[in-house]
Amino acid sequence: MEDTIAAIATPQGSGGLGVIRISGPNAIEIGDRVTRPLQGTLAQRKGYTCAYGRVYDDQGELDEVVATVFRAPHSYTGEDVVELSIHGGAYLLRGVLRACCEAGARPAEAGEFTKRAFLNGKLDLTQAEAVADLIAAQGRQSAKAALAARDGALFRKAKGIADLLVQEEAKLAAWIDYPEEDIEEAQRTSLEDALQQAKKEFSALLETYQTGKLLREGIETVIVGRPNVGKSTLMNLLTDSERSIVTDIPGTTRDVVTDTVRLGNLILHLSDTAGIRETKDLVEQAGVERAKNALQKAQLVLAVFDGSTPLKEDDEQVIKQCKDAVAVALVNKNDLPQQLTADALAETFDHVIPISAREGKGAEQLQKTLEALFLKGSFDPEAANIANERQLEAVRKAEENVKEALTALQSGVSLDAVGVCMEEAADALLQLTGEKAGQVVVNEIFSRFCVGK
Amino acid sequence: MISYEAGTYDIAVVGGGHAGIEAALAAARLGMQVILFTISLDAIGNLPCNPSIGGTAKGHLVREIDALGGEMGKAADATFLQSRLLNRGKGPAVHSLRVQADRKSYHRYMKEALENCDGLDVKQSEIIQILADEGHVTGVMTELGAVFSAKAVILATGTYLGGKIYVGEYSAQSGPDGTHPALPLSDSLRELGIPLRRFKTGTPARVDRRSLDLTKTQIQEGDNPIIPFSFETDPATLENKVVCYMTYTNEKTHQVIRNNLSRSPLYGGAIEGIGPRYCPSIEDKVVRFADKERHQLFIEPMGIDTNEMYLQGMSSSLPEEVQLAFYRTIEGFENLKIMRNAYAIEYDCIDPTALRATLEFKKVTGLYGAGQFNGTSGYEEAAAQGLIAGINAVRQIRKQEPLILDRASSYIGTLIDDLVIKGCNEPYRMMTSRSEYRLLLRQDNADLRLTPIGREIGLISDSRWEKFVEKRQAIQMEMDRLKKETFSPTEALNQLLVSRETSPVSTGGKWDELIRRPQISYADLAPFDENRKPLPLDVAEQVEIAIKYEGYIKKQLAQVEQMRQLEGKPLPEDLHYKEIRGLRIEAVEKLDRLRPANIGQASRINGVSPADISVLLIWLEHWGKGRGGHL
Repeated sequence: MEDTIAAIATPQGSGGLGVIRISGPNAIEIGDRVTRPLQGTLAQRKGYTCAYGRVYDDQGELDEVVATVFRAPHSYTGEDVVELSIHGGAYLLRGVLRACCEAGARPAEAGEFTKRAFLNGKLDLTQAEAVADLIAAQGRQSAKAALAARDGALFRKAKGIADLLVQEEAKLAAWIDYPEEDIEEAQRTSLEDALQQAKKEFSALLETYQTGKLLREGIETVIVGRPNVGKSTLMNLLTDSERSIVTDIPGTTRDVVTDTVRLGNLILHLSDTAGIRETKDLVEQAGVERAKNALQKAQLVLAVFDGSTPLKEDDEQVIKQCKDAVAVALVNKNDLPQQLTADALAETFDHVIPISAREGKGAEQLQKTLEALFLKGSFDPEAANIANERQLEAVRKAEENVKEALTALQSGVSLDAVGVCMEEAADALLQLTGEKAGQVVVNEIFSRFCVGK
Repeated sequence: MISYEAGTYDIAVVGGGHAGIEAALAAARLGMQVILFTISLDAIGNLPCNPSIGGTAKGHLVREIDALGGEMGKAADATFLQSRLLNRGKGPAVHSLRVQADRKSYHRYMKEALENCDGLDVKQSEIIQILADEGHVTGVMTELGAVFSAKAVILATGTYLGGKIYVGEYSAQSGPDGTHPALPLSDSLRELGIPLRRFKTGTPARVDRRSLDLTKTQIQEGDNPIIPFSFETDPATLENKVVCYMTYTNEKTHQVIRNNLSRSPLYGGAIEGIGPRYCPSIEDKVVRFADKERHQLFIEPMGIDTNEMYLQGMSSSLPEEVQLAFYRTIEGFENLKIMRNAYAIEYDCIDPTALRATLEFKKVTGLYGAGQFNGTSGYEEAAAQGLIAGINAVRQIRKQEPLILDRASSYIGTLIDDLVIKGCNEPYRMMTSRSEYRLLLRQDNADLRLTPIGREIGLISDSRWEKFVEKRQAIQMEMDRLKKETFSPTEALNQLLVSRETSPVSTGGKWDELIRRPQISYADLAPFDENRKPLPLDVAEQVEIAIKYEGYIKKQLAQVEQMRQLEGKPLPEDLHYKEIRGLRIEAVEKLDRLRPANIGQASRINGVSPADISVLLIWLEHWGKGRGGHL
């Protein structure tokens, strides 16, 4: 257990404060890389002490922070731990987590903190036995799940591809192991066909993960627009709450306000940003900077325009910033006389939707558009799809080996090497079907524990 | 029976076949007092089936035996008639040496080796009882009542134990090649609590060369130059002495067999033993591959001074007259005369999961099993186990760490791991596809992998060790040089590259970059590489393979690392699996019975799931620590 892990330790959603926990031998070093305490460094601090300062990623400041240092073994996990308390909001928390990972931490797998606590003897016997019982239950459950999965689409798919590879590899092995028998020479073309087919199936499967992941984990969505076009009203429309402060004075929304909403089959992690415009107000300027940052990292941008006025210079600025993003234009205030035509936006935006945030109109069309955009109409939850990191890892490993086998084959490397790559690809797939004892099993069991505990 | 005290030895070896020979030689060479028993001194090192040593993966085993300081490779080099390197062009990992051996010379060589080994006595006797006291072996007793005390006993009974041969309706208790079988020993083993089971194997007829028209067959020449098995043999001294022949069966052959299937003891139900799938009798081939119009067979001389010819691929347990009839349907065989008939042989063997990875019985300390007795097939598999059993018997007596070769070290390690962890349902034969690390376990680098281990054990002489170290250094120096020194993009070099259909170079680079190209060999670049010193062929070969396959080798090494991590987590021998919360019932049953030595072994047991392994790992990490750090 030499690596250092990090995760958001507070519940998903938007609380007043959020905590990122870093645990492992490099926790304090990583803490120092992402924060600048007002005094000294975290490395100079004793355990059970806090430092106030600011937290940064490589693009600049993210937020204020209170960093608490725990020294091994006096921490939840028994390792060195740093906890970063920042202002809540999923978007900001993710930003800080990302910064920690860029500084050398690895995202913790589900339950990994508990696992470390357990393995480091930080849980008492009763707790430990409770964990063991849970593991046992998980074992039985996964046995059941594996049985159930036998009828599952991913199982069938993985088995199908594995069979294909195993079959070709078996042919190759027979030809190699019985040179004096009358066995048909292994054909490079037939090997290549099988490998190409496997490769194709893998990329289709891997795509399902992206889609499935969006479905499960939601889409990082940023709402942008010049001040007072109605971003906050839109946010409120989507969340049915009054979280953003809505006034008619431009620039009221100074911080990134976030929330998670469900729109049909999609989950959107919304960030309402300060309006994009040149400003001399220092507080607001910081907000504007954050908005630009948020926009660069978003998976979806909802650009809001005021349909009741012609495009202004600030609007042009917004359009410019949406050029490289997956962006949908929302023409708000559709209930007022319209001065803005869709044509002006069509050049940048594939989708332009008239809405009236105040009257609650347009949400349905937005939903349809987004579903078309992200689900591509092709995602079939009944079909084989990759549902978790372990499955993803197995398919990726299989794909990698198949690609390697192909490269070897095409560059004229001898068939013994090709065979070994194929065997490994099949092995990775058989891990999916539970037919092969992998070495990641402990991690897998622990991943059933809830996140970040 | 009245018994008498006949002597005291450190180690008694039961059986003078390939397993027994290696076990006895290794133990005696390590300084033990050893006695080897054989039912017939004239059957020592006999080749009762194919007069050949090596073949795919088996050739690897022979090289590994040699690298550890065993005898088989040297015997094969000294007595072979024809040598070939199989699988040329399929990649270095699967190159395999195979020789036709002179059966009588091979026997003489091995008998001489045993007779002249210090500390080793050879005795013709049938062992009828294994003596043990409270689960620890104490000696053996012969059929004449001679009791020999020994601290360790190695059983290498081959097909002699409970041996019974079948030829059509005829059957008789017999060892191979018409020898006396070992019958009472089976009961003695059962009394020790060792369950036995029946396996079977078969052999084709030996026919009179004068009765064959070999002009109707294809000639199979040996290779030149010859690569020896032993790393100590000078290749320059070797030459092929015979040719072999190849031909095919035909529809008439198959017809005769089909018409007489009811007379086969196998199809008639007389044989209960389980035969190997990969070495089927001709009846099996005709039945199972009914759509095949012909089957290949090889005609191989049994020796330089005999007319006996071995018909590889044509083993059978059909009645003799049926054998004659179907052999004679083959073109050129119309007047064939049988000198020794084909037969099937059924014998007692153990379930090898009763053994530890040292090849010692879990239930009886000091008692070891090796060879066909352990459920394998083949001379090479037997010799490999004999060597390991012999070494471990010595090390146990001396209270040294046992020698357990892991799967990544060797085919020998893979073979033994498969046997003791997975067991076998049919005679186990080594194959390259059984090794997941086969790109590392090549026959060409067996010495690099294992000679340091052989040296540590004490089976490698000073002079051999010096030569080995020299070779290893030469390889390293040349590798370093090729990665450091550069080539220039000359016209001549580019001409070569283009003629090999690989892209020309416009700038200079390191030599190893060019050697990596599949189309270019190390030798090809000699004219352009002015600093290159002439190197022995085996050194150049290692350099070339190590560079060409570097990527794959690195990848396999990473997997080895992972495997060894689990292998390094020992499981206590007295672990009460029933008391570990969370293990599934099937896993408890298997773990309790097989008693794996570590997590790695446990993970390879069929019926132990990943979830069970996690439970074990957690148990180890948490409660294992509570036991004072050691388990």
